[in-house]
Amino acid sequence: MIQGIGLHEILVVSSLMFFLGIYGFFTRKNLITILMSIELILNSVNINFVAFNKYLYPNMMQGHFFSLFVIAIAAAEAAVAIAIIIDLFRNIKTIDVEKVSTMKN
Amino acid sequence: MDFQYTILIPGLMFLSFVYNILWGRTQAPKIAGLIGTTSILIAAILSYYTAYQYFFNVGLVNGTFQAIIPFKMEWLRFNDLLFIDMGVLLDPISIMMLVVVTTISSMVHIYSFGYMHGDDGFPRFYAFLSLFSFSMLGLVIATNIFQMYVFWELVGVSSFLLIGYYYQKPSAVSAAKKAFIVTRFADFGFLVGILLISYITGTFDFGLLNDPNGAAMTQGAGAGFLGLSVMTWALILMFIGGAGKSAMFPLHIWLPDAMEGPTPVSALIHAATMVVAGVYLVARMFPLFHIAAPDAQQVVLAVGGFTSLFAAVIAITQIDIKRVLAFSTLSQLGYMMAALGASGYGAEEGIGYTASMWHLFTHAMFKALLFLGAGSIIHAVHSNNMTDMGGLRKYMPITHLTFLIGTLAIAGIPPFAGFFSKDEILVALHQSSHLWYWVEVVTAGLTAFYMFRLYFNVFWGENRHYHHAPHESGLAMTFPLMFLAFMAIVSGGFFMFDFGQFISANLVPYDIHIHWDVAGFSIAVAVVGISVATVLYMKPSAIPAKLANAFGPLYKATYNKFYFDEIYLFVTHKIVFGLIARPSAWFDRHVVDGLMNALAWITNLASNSIKGVQSGQLQHYAMSFVTGSVALVLFLLYFMTR
Repeated sequence: MIQGIGLHEILVVSSLMFFLGIYGFFTRKNLITILMSIELILNSVNINFVAFNKYLYPNMMQGHFFSLFVIAIAAAEAAVAIAIIIDLFRNIKTIDVEKVSTMKN
Repeated sequence: MDFQYTILIPGLMFLSFVYNILWGRTQAPKIAGLIGTTSILIAAILSYYTAYQYFFNVGLVNGTFQAIIPFKMEWLRFNDLLFIDMGVLLDPISIMMLVVVTTISSMVHIYSFGYMHGDDGFPRFYAFLSLFSFSMLGLVIATNIFQMYVFWELVGVSSFLLIGYYYQKPSAVSAAKKAFIVTRFADFGFLVGILLISYITGTFDFGLLNDPNGAAMTQGAGAGFLGLSVMTWALILMFIGGAGKSAMFPLHIWLPDAMEGPTPVSALIHAATMVVAGVYLVARMFPLFHIAAPDAQQVVLAVGGFTSLFAAVIAITQIDIKRVLAFSTLSQLGYMMAALGASGYGAEEGIGYTASMWHLFTHAMFKALLFLGAGSIIHAVHSNNMTDMGGLRKYMPITHLTFLIGTLAIAGIPPFAGFFSKDEILVALHQSSHLWYWVEVVTAGLTAFYMFRLYFNVFWGENRHYHHAPHESGLAMTFPLMFLAFMAIVSGGFFMFDFGQFISANLVPYDIHIHWDVAGFSIAVAVVGISVATVLYMKPSAIPAKLANAFGPLYKATYNKFYFDEIYLFVTHKIVFGLIARPSAWFDRHVVDGLMNALAWITNLASNSIKGVQSGQLQHYAMSFVTGSVALVLFLLYFMTR
């Protein structure tokens, strides 16, 4: 428990992070940047888990475990995503998301 | 007596067909011919042996000839009572037909060696001849109506194949189609008749159906439709099938056109065997016709009687010799039908039945003879028209003599075969119906006239200018002529046998007497016909042309076969096609297809307008996903907080 900082402030930070992520996800064309935006979204959620656990149910551990779980999954997801991106680059020499539409037709 | 070998009679022909159609082309053409001819000769010998055994060794049991079924296998079972067999039925008429079919077919097989010599399709021709012989033999030995129907269609197919044998000629192709469509149309009546009869009586078996004391005679006697009983309708429908095959009026139109086929085929199929299948059908069902449905028998009489006169009138004006013979075939088939129609069931009254079968026998002999003779003439002159012929008696002595015998036989001059059988038919008609008796007497006179018109025009008259002098045909062609001429003499009553001893409606032998009152009169009529023909045609004269002019419109109508082809064309093209088929086709094309097309068009339009949603852009998808989830959250919040 940090003095002078309540749940409210932390939620503001996590919300900012979340919408920053969403914004990045929508506007960036580079797949790597989009991946980074996704990480921002995931981590804002992690902050929420930990904050709610700490402020509302201090005797319990579920929030902590959940955020650890999310971090693990996110690591795996990042590995897979980067592998896809690398493969994509090998095939079509670009990682611009707007060019990646060969499945359309 | 063990008759099991009779299965070989059609069986051999089937094997010969299979061999010739599969391997005929790979060998010298002669081999195909030899295989076909050998098979049919063996079949003929087996048939004669069967006839000898049946009539003389088995003979009469309790005063009647018994039907024997030496071979039978179940083919299709519907329920406990109703089933279809395939088998062999031996009784007097089926044995007679075996003899007729194998005899004529052997002669035609031998004859074709000469006639079809050098033709490209020689093996194919023999394969089809074997197929036809197989089907026809299967038809005559059928044990039940359904087996008969199966083989009935098979003879139709082989007839189609043989009429269309010269398939490069458009006229032959259309004649084959015409024959097939007309007979098939009639066979529809036959099929409905079979279904009705099997529905009423619960059986297909000839033995059960034709038992004069059996249940079938009274079943279906109840009121049916338009005042006729169900059984009457069933038999009339079956008779329609028979009339189609036997080319009875008004289904006669296919037979003259069928002359497009090779002449041996005309002799075998369209004169001697297949076309009598209709007569045979009525004879086969005769007890049922006579006892259970006398009205249907009257229809047979009327149709047969009318056809014989009608065809004889047309035959007078035709100039294509094969067509004259075709119309004469129609006329003679009319005689046979009329005799069956007029016949009673036993002894003196049953003479019509015997006479009809006898005429079938003698007609097969002399009409095949006439057709093969015509083939010999055509082979020599290379034309079918009698206007291209004349004075041929000097060039072709054997053909001339045998043709004369055939002509005398059909004209009804004793001691040739036609006299006896025709006389018995006239006696039968005399007993039962004076109207049709006189019709047939007139027809007999016309027959003598048009046959001698043909004879004089071809063999006498002025000498035409031929490209090369016509010469007599080889032995392969003249031997069948001589054999059949011999048969045309001896199958009459004086020389060979008394037909009534073997074939009668109730299977009890009956002594035929010649009724000299009827016979004398018919001879007189025939002599008048011959004399008129002699005066008009023996020496070239201007009288026939003058007569044709004097009868102007009538002559023209007769020459054009009373415009029946045109009437049929009008009915099919203008009425059936124009009023039914075309509107239906329009409805199908525009309404039915239109509905489907409209549906497809709407689907296409809808998907075109929304396919932009699937842009393939990841971020567009993400945007709609997020928008959607935000909307969902807002929606839930709105309802949850209320």
